[in-house]
Amino acid sequence: MIKKIVTGVSILAMAIMVLSFNQNQVSASIARGKQVYNKVCLSCHMIDGGGVPNINPPLAQSSYVVGDKKRIIAIVLNGMTDRIAIDDEYYSNNMAPHSDLTDEEIADVLTYVRNSFGNKASVVTVAEVKVVRSMKK
Amino acid sequence: MRKYYLLLLFVSIYSCTVFANNHSPKNNPNLPQANAGLQLPAGFTAITVAEGVGRARHIAISPQGTIFYKSSRLVNGKGIFQLIDKNGDGIADSVFGFGNYIGTGIAIKNGYLYASSDEEVFRYKLDAKGNVINPSQPEKIITGLINRHQHESKSIALDNAGNLYVNIGAYSNSCQVNDRTLHSPGRKPCPVLDSAGGIWQFKADKLNQTYGNGIHYAMGLRNVVGLDWNNQTNTLFVMQHGRDQLHDNWPEYFDEKSSAELPAECMYELHKGDNCGWPYIYYDPMQHKKMIAPEFGGDGKQSTTDYNNPVIAFPAHLAPNALMFYTGNQFPEKYKNGAFIAFHGSWNRAPLPQQGYYVVFVPFKNGKPTGKWEIFANGFSGKDVIESTRQADHRPCGLAQAPDGSLYVTDDVKGTIYKISYKK
Ligand code: HEC
Repeated sequence: MIKKIVTGVSILAMAIMVLSFNQNQVSASIARGKQVYNKVCLSCHMIDGGGVPNINPPLAQSSYVVGDKKRIIAIVLNGMTDRIAIDDEYYSNNMAPHSDLTDEEIADVLTYVRNSFGNKASVVTVAEVKVVRSMKK
Repeated sequence: MRKYYLLLLFVSIYSCTVFANNHSPKNNPNLPQANAGLQLPAGFTAITVAEGVGRARHIAISPQGTIFYKSSRLVNGKGIFQLIDKNGDGIADSVFGFGNYIGTGIAIKNGYLYASSDEEVFRYKLDAKGNVINPSQPEKIITGLINRHQHESKSIALDNAGNLYVNIGAYSNSCQVNDRTLHSPGRKPCPVLDSAGGIWQFKADKLNQTYGNGIHYAMGLRNVVGLDWNNQTNTLFVMQHGRDQLHDNWPEYFDEKSSAELPAECMYELHKGDNCGWPYIYYDPMQHKKMIAPEFGGDGKQSTTDYNNPVIAFPAHLAPNALMFYTGNQFPEKYKNGAFIAFHGSWNRAPLPQQGYYVVFVPFKNGKPTGKWEIFANGFSGKDVIESTRQADHRPCGLAQAPDGSLYVTDDVKGTIYKISYKK
């Protein structure tokens, strides 16, 4: 009985450790991502992710940002000049490719924007960025 | 028990007072504000004459006083709106929509209303009362102008010799091999300049003109949204939107602060054949010099004497969206023949706070700016500090003078139309 309790408690403790370790990793990724955002993306998408009406789309409340991860990884790698409606609005600026960012920087910045400005969505991993980058070649 | 009643009474009276305080005019955004929320020089007043239909870009008023504006978004399939004021109190009761295209440019000359989409220019004949005779069948004056989305609006102005001038904005920031990309070099000669990045002149009354029929009037202008014909000098004046992203793309030469303050937004007086130097140069308002752009070998220090000089320069990135020479008699003497400029407000000053979102006045004498420009109407944004462009409640975009000499200002965030008047 005692054995069972000890095992149960230690499993629980390990689970909590793993979870909080993950949570720490996520917070670290978000913190790094914020720095990438401020350096590379903020000038167009603005400090609050609000974008610029008719010029640069918002990342706050964007169905793109919280949607398909492959699509937004590709947007960061290849830029975007599609002029298609983004949540019923059109934007006239060109977004340049940012393929000079590392896989980790792209994972971090997208994890940051998916968890900022009121957005809440899953993390983007380095492995996911690698897949999209290799598809490009 | 009685005590409780007293207490209850007291509490309810107290909460009523609090409630009432919260709804005093000062705190209630739904009650009309003095001067439509604008700050103006002494003696001027402002009212809102229309609100909420489309994104009001440029505006034109006929000699009879009919008012039309162009919208950059369709509302019920329409992109031009006429203010309708049945009871004559100066405030629109409704709008009449026509024209099934979005755009920015609109102007009235010699009994015609001219309006532009982002590729074409149309005109509509006006009747003796200043109303459009056939709203669904305009004449197509110009067609086939380049629209590659960036700087796509086609602003228009007319002279007194039967010509119409159109801005064709550059579909590029600084003519880099890869637009807006870190360290991407400039293309020399810049291929954009053959069909954009300048002003073209066409005949105001000939149908279906395109590049081949027009005159490439002035080049090296990145994007002009505000332009007006000056009847004193008989020349075209334009306001250029200067380039963006000096720091983003050339961080070794420009820090965030210098990138927020460079380059100037410039006013040019144009003559046929002028070249204002985009993309090869930009104007530094602190040094008063034309600087070689970093895409073309500049380092923030090298200047040149080539190309036109601006007649006056304004702070960077303020986005001058309308220019209008005041010829009315209502405003005090100093305003006569001077220039009003609507600054739409910046985005490319981030991470520094944004600026602009106001109407400026520039005094002129004998066709030249004299003295300093001043902020004429401020408060459109409704905020003390704008960090992110979207925080601005209103952004001034178009200007027009009414027959009585009052000034109309449009806003393309909420479609508000302001009227500014002066009384001695
Ligand atoms: C030069 C300005 C500029 C910069 C810098 C920039 N973007 Fe964009 N971004 C745009 C524009 C413009 C579009 C839309 C283009 C279109 O409609 O064709 C866009 C689209 C997007 C979209 C998809 C649409 C949406 O609203 O969600 C995402 C996601 C995005 N950008 C993220 C980023 C990230 C992350 C960075 C920094 C690594 C960045 N952008 C840097 C201008 C920029």
